[in-house]
Amino acid sequence: MQRISEEILSKCRALLEDGTADRVMGWENGEFYYDVTPAVFTKDNLDNMIYDDFCASNQSKYFILESKKEGKIVALLKPCDTYSFNQLLKENRINRDNVYVLGIPCDGKIDVQKAALLGIKGITGVKSVGDEVVFETIYGEKSCAKKDVLFEKCMSCKGKKHMIYDALSNEEQEPETAIANEDFGNRFAYIENLEHMTPDERFDFWRGELSRCIRCNACRNVCPACSCLTCVFDNPKSGVDSKANTDDFEENLFHIIRAFHVAGRCTDCGECTRVCPQNIPLHLLNRKFIKDINELYGEYQAGADIELGMPLTSYTKQDAEPSIVYERGGNK
Amino acid sequence: MQINENNKEFKPLIVAFCCNWCSYAGADLAGSSRLSYPANVKVIRVPCSCRVNPMFILRAFQRGADGVIIAGCHPGDCHYTSGNYFARRRMTLLFSMLDYMGIEKGRTRVEWISAAEGAKFSATMNEFVETIHNLGPNKKLEDLRCKE
Ligand code: SF4
Ligand code: SF4
Ligand code: SF4
Repeated sequence: MQRISEEILSKCRALLEDGTADRVMGWENGEFYYDVTPAVFTKDNLDNMIYDDFCASNQSKYFILESKKEGKIVALLKPCDTYSFNQLLKENRINRDNVYVLGIPCDGKIDVQKAALLGIKGITGVKSVGDEVVFETIYGEKSCAKKDVLFEKCMSCKGKKHMIYDALSNEEQEPETAIANEDFGNRFAYIENLEHMTPDERFDFWRGELSRCIRCNACRNVCPACSCLTCVFDNPKSGVDSKANTDDFEENLFHIIRAFHVAGRCTDCGECTRVCPQNIPLHLLNRKFIKDINELYGEYQAGADIELGMPLTSYTKQDAEPSIVYERGGNK
Repeated sequence: MQINENNKEFKPLIVAFCCNWCSYAGADLAGSSRLSYPANVKVIRVPCSCRVNPMFILRAFQRGADGVIIAGCHPGDCHYTSGNYFARRRMTLLFSMLDYMGIEKGRTRVEWISAAEGAKFSATMNEFVETIHNLGPNKKLEDLRCKE
């Protein structure tokens, strides 16, 4: 089965042939069918490019480096990736002149771990048919409801509108507004549950989650908001770069600081949670900051635009005092 | 020799980050007016309350602090015009996150203390030490490697 729509492929080919760009960043086959990997293509190997329901990665961060190289690169961005791309433009991390953004459609990406839990293994092909996904496997054809195998980030999708693009691969599919689905509105539900627990229960909850962290730094490395060339955690004096964890404190510090550093810039793209090999729900930390920012400083979606000031680099004279934390919510 | 645990009274260690232009001078004034504040408050001078990086606060806890207080100029009076406004947002979000992770909210605090408020400095520190005393030692953000 061909793993990319003719539409996307021919648009990319045309861009390379008419000299608009000289490279394309997309995905190629990995070791297993579901194990796709980001790759850069030229005219010569463009036929190896794929794009299907397993191509979940947010490629925005690669353009920090790619846009510094000579020549122009085509960025294939899904709707949610365009938020991260915008945010990076806002932070002057990407040279816009060297990137041609081709908006590509997306209707949810598949988490192979969830499929495995449903007994779907040995995958050799995948196709979405309405609300269903049909897998070709070495054991025959299997299908299931798409919502049962979606990544966490796709469960609370921000909508199908691209926030920035030079061209769209499918104009007809593009919605007028970025109206998010109902699940996007519910993305804070779990955080509210946590807020209603007692501090000790919350502490135990986070110990349970964070004690699994192996400090592989994947969540940091994948994050488009974590774009510092030198990271605080790479400092050998930080006390938190040990090879093996020696104390709970290390995990607490890493996670508080990582989430804090992206507060106000995190687009809730969900990559950190997706890549964590230990299945730590990192979105619950990021979204806590997003929720607090929304409540205290007004609704804000990072990456929705490139002009507006960011919540942590702006202020008003009437802002709440930090003591508001002692009084707020059901979290006494 | 046996150590009687009950005799070892808990003396909280407090780290106070004080802005050079106001609270640090306020601490000076408290001293020269002979107003007392507990000796277990360790004052660290910073150029502005917004110099306080969340890492400083966590590191203070790691190294054995039981409470951390940040004292800066009153909103509107920042020596650099707006530093304390940024600090206010950052600390609000940070404190809320610490609470969300189950760390006692009382352990961190921000106070605005001007250079003329020596009495407020001394009263705030006394009261903060009292609060931390009641909360007991910091267990949730301690680093056993740093303990004697
Ligand atoms: S913190 Fe996670 S959700 Fe937020 S921008 Fe980074 S990878 Fe995306
Ligand atoms: S954790 Fe902080 S210092 Fe490290 S890359 Fe992310 S934002 Fe930069
Ligand atoms: S990806 Fe997961 S295991 Fe790795 S450092 Fe981040 S939270 Fe820890």
